[in-house]
Amino acid sequence: MTLPPQAPNAPPVQPIFELIEVEQVFEVPKPGRPLFSRDTVGLRALDGVRLSIRKGTSLAIVGESGSGKSTLLRVLLGLDKPSGGRALYRGKPIGEARAQGTDFARDVAMVYQDARGSLDPRMTIGAILAEPLRHFNIVPPEGEAQRIAHLLDRVGLPVDAAERFPSGLSGGQVRRVAIARALASEPSVLVADEAVSGLDVSTQAQLLTLLQSLQRDMGLTLAFITHDLGVASYLCEEIAIMYLGRIVETGPTDAVLNAPAHPYSAALRAAAPQFFEPLSEPLPGEIPSPLDLPKGCRFSTRCPVAQSDCQSKDPQLGKLGSGRAVACIHPITQA
Amino acid sequence: MTERMTDVALPPVLTLRDLTVHRGAAKILDRVNLSLGQGETLALVGESGAGKSTIAVAIMRLLGNAKIDGTIELAGEGDLLALTERQMVKLRGQRLSMIFQDAGAALNPSYTVGRQLSTTLRRIQGLSKDAARERAVELFTSVGINDPEGRMSAFPHQLSGGMQQRVMVAIALAGSPDLLLADEPTSALDVTIQAQIVRLILTLTRERGASCIFVLHDLALASQSCDRIAVLYAGQVVESGPAHDVLEHHRHPYTQQLKSCVLEIGTKTLTAPEGTVPSHAQMPPGCRFSTRCPRALPRCAGEAPPLVPVRSTAAGPLDHHIACWNPE
Ligand SMILES: Nc1ncnc2c1ncn2[C@@H]1O[C@H](COP(=O)(O)OP(=O)(O)OP(=O)(O)O)[C@@H](O)[C@H]1O
Ligand SMILES: Nc1ncnc2c1ncn2[C@@H]1O[C@H](COP(=O)(O)OP(=O)(O)OP(=O)(O)O)[C@@H](O)[C@H]1O
Ligand code: SF4
Ligand code: SF4
Ligand SMILES: [Mg+2]
Ligand SMILES: [Mg+2]
Repeated sequence: MTLPPQAPNAPPVQPIFELIEVEQVFEVPKPGRPLFSRDTVGLRALDGVRLSIRKGTSLAIVGESGSGKSTLLRVLLGLDKPSGGRALYRGKPIGEARAQGTDFARDVAMVYQDARGSLDPRMTIGAILAEPLRHFNIVPPEGEAQRIAHLLDRVGLPVDAAERFPSGLSGGQVRRVAIARALASEPSVLVADEAVSGLDVSTQAQLLTLLQSLQRDMGLTLAFITHDLGVASYLCEEIAIMYLGRIVETGPTDAVLNAPAHPYSAALRAAAPQFFEPLSEPLPGEIPSPLDLPKGCRFSTRCPVAQSDCQSKDPQLGKLGSGRAVACIHPITQA
Repeated sequence: MTERMTDVALPPVLTLRDLTVHRGAAKILDRVNLSLGQGETLALVGESGAGKSTIAVAIMRLLGNAKIDGTIELAGEGDLLALTERQMVKLRGQRLSMIFQDAGAALNPSYTVGRQLSTTLRRIQGLSKDAARERAVELFTSVGINDPEGRMSAFPHQLSGGMQQRVMVAIALAGSPDLLLADEPTSALDVTIQAQIVRLILTLTRERGASCIFVLHDLALASQSCDRIAVLYAGQVVESGPAHDVLEHHRHPYTQQLKSCVLEIGTKTLTAPEGTVPSHAQMPPGCRFSTRCPRALPRCAGEAPPLVPVRSTAAGPLDHHIACWNPE
């Protein structure tokens, strides 16, 4: 694949986000505890996550339900402080950056999965979009209406949508409003949790072409959670594949999907529907509970190529060359 | 497993003729014609609101107070719409059963999954308590539930989404139905679990020689799992036929549009279609796709095209149908 025009040929610059050995442990009720007991155990939702997000890139975060994708986004947004490791935004701890005022909140915008739930049903679309414009002093009051019209146009909504309430819009239109609101503060980073899942394919196609043009034209940095590898492959230059609280493989999306090195990435790839291919042999079993992590490699209970040493060593994410990294003792090598 | 003796040897198992459903003024299904042979798997595809669930629920005769016209012939039973509710109660679970989209909501949260399956078995197969329990453990084993004895006493919330869906498959197959309706059985699941469940349903229905209607929204998954495909748009079947003909030699502009929106791994170009499905109040009287169709002719909005057989290839069979005045 060809790199987009804005690909830096300059020396490596500071990444927008950098996660170093990030851990997120939630105290949860101990399973099987007596009714009124307060016993808790630590649930390792993120366990040693390493990730860096370059300026202007688009990153897909994929993985099974419960693998920690949303927890990771909450850390990136500074909504939750990680219980271990370091999470940096332009070199500064995210918590600090967020506490220092409006710059972070303005620069990093979020599109939630539940777009309708994230919009106040009593406010018109115009009022919803005006809020960030005022909060961040984006335009003088007299320019507000024009800016709102521009934002609506940018996401493909008619100007008269400004007078409507969220209840008067379809699911796809509501997602467009959520994107318009995220763009209102003129962010350089857009973070989205399953922003197109559950939509019809034609609406999904409309939103994906929109997101791609925004990313390219405005040089946005995009972090995009999805469980659809076709979406990841279309929209995102890079991919991070998560399993049970850890990133097990990352790299350029096409390289990873064409020749996955981690057996879990290979299983995800094989399970993705493909026209007229025989249905893939599915992975055995379910994702284990994060309260009861397998010994050694956490994929070893389901890994089709596990060997005897996989239960004794816990593989860490290690470099593979060409911008790729994998956490596996016996990575798949392509002949 | 006991073989069902079917007195009707000849396919088709199910035939829908001009099935039309009104809810108030809205015509949510419009003259749907479909048939399904014994042992065949049919995918219903199309966008939200197209009427896929309505077809499945109409076949189960669980549409409540909607107004239904046309016929639903089930081999050996005649027109289901002419049966009494008592007769339908006997058919449900025995000859027809349905797996609902949201397994979590379809299971009763206050009973163990073992009890829910045993109750079904006792009701439809008239088994004793002990025999039902034994059969339930067998069924749990056949749908790939580990530790089936232990899982009998689990409540739904103690199971993952994938396990809940397996329980639903076991309940649906309890009476060895000859037609299984599966309404998006996997869309709430992860891809790897989705692959497990689709394979499971196919293996089990094939083993039993049963027919299956899958409501799916993923065309690629439909091509991998179904013999035939019916494409619906706003309550009308616009194209139907063998999966290969519909997906590779489609003639209807809407099928073309649906297919062009599919993102396979490696797809780098995407042209998004314009517009949205009109509301029922604004539905054109003729071809319902005419408000968005790039090939529309002047007659299209006013005159509804009939579903007619076409040959997708010169030597092809005539069981490929489209409803379009200006096919590709
Ligand atoms: N606030 C919390 N308290 C306790 N446990 C939590 C909390 N948030 C998440 N978890 C647990 O952390 C793990 C990771 O959850 P997370 O929501 O990040 O997964 P996900 O990858 O986003 O899954 P999905 O695809 O289902 O959205 C899960 O086991 C979840 O139950
Ligand atoms: N109980 C109901 N009362 C009124 N209208 C209904 C009802 N159920 C469905 N409809 C309408 O009937 C039409 C067909 O709905 P149906 O649920 O069959 O679509 P579907 O193809 O299954 O869509 P989805 O992919 O969203 O499940 C829609 O326009 C819907 O709004
Ligand atoms: S370390 Fe072993 S068990 Fe883990 S993914 Fe690699 S081969 Fe499989
Ligand atoms: S009948 Fe006309 S409007 Fe309808 S799909 Fe065919 S060409 Fe398009
Ligand atoms: Mg999540
Ligand atoms: Mg439905």
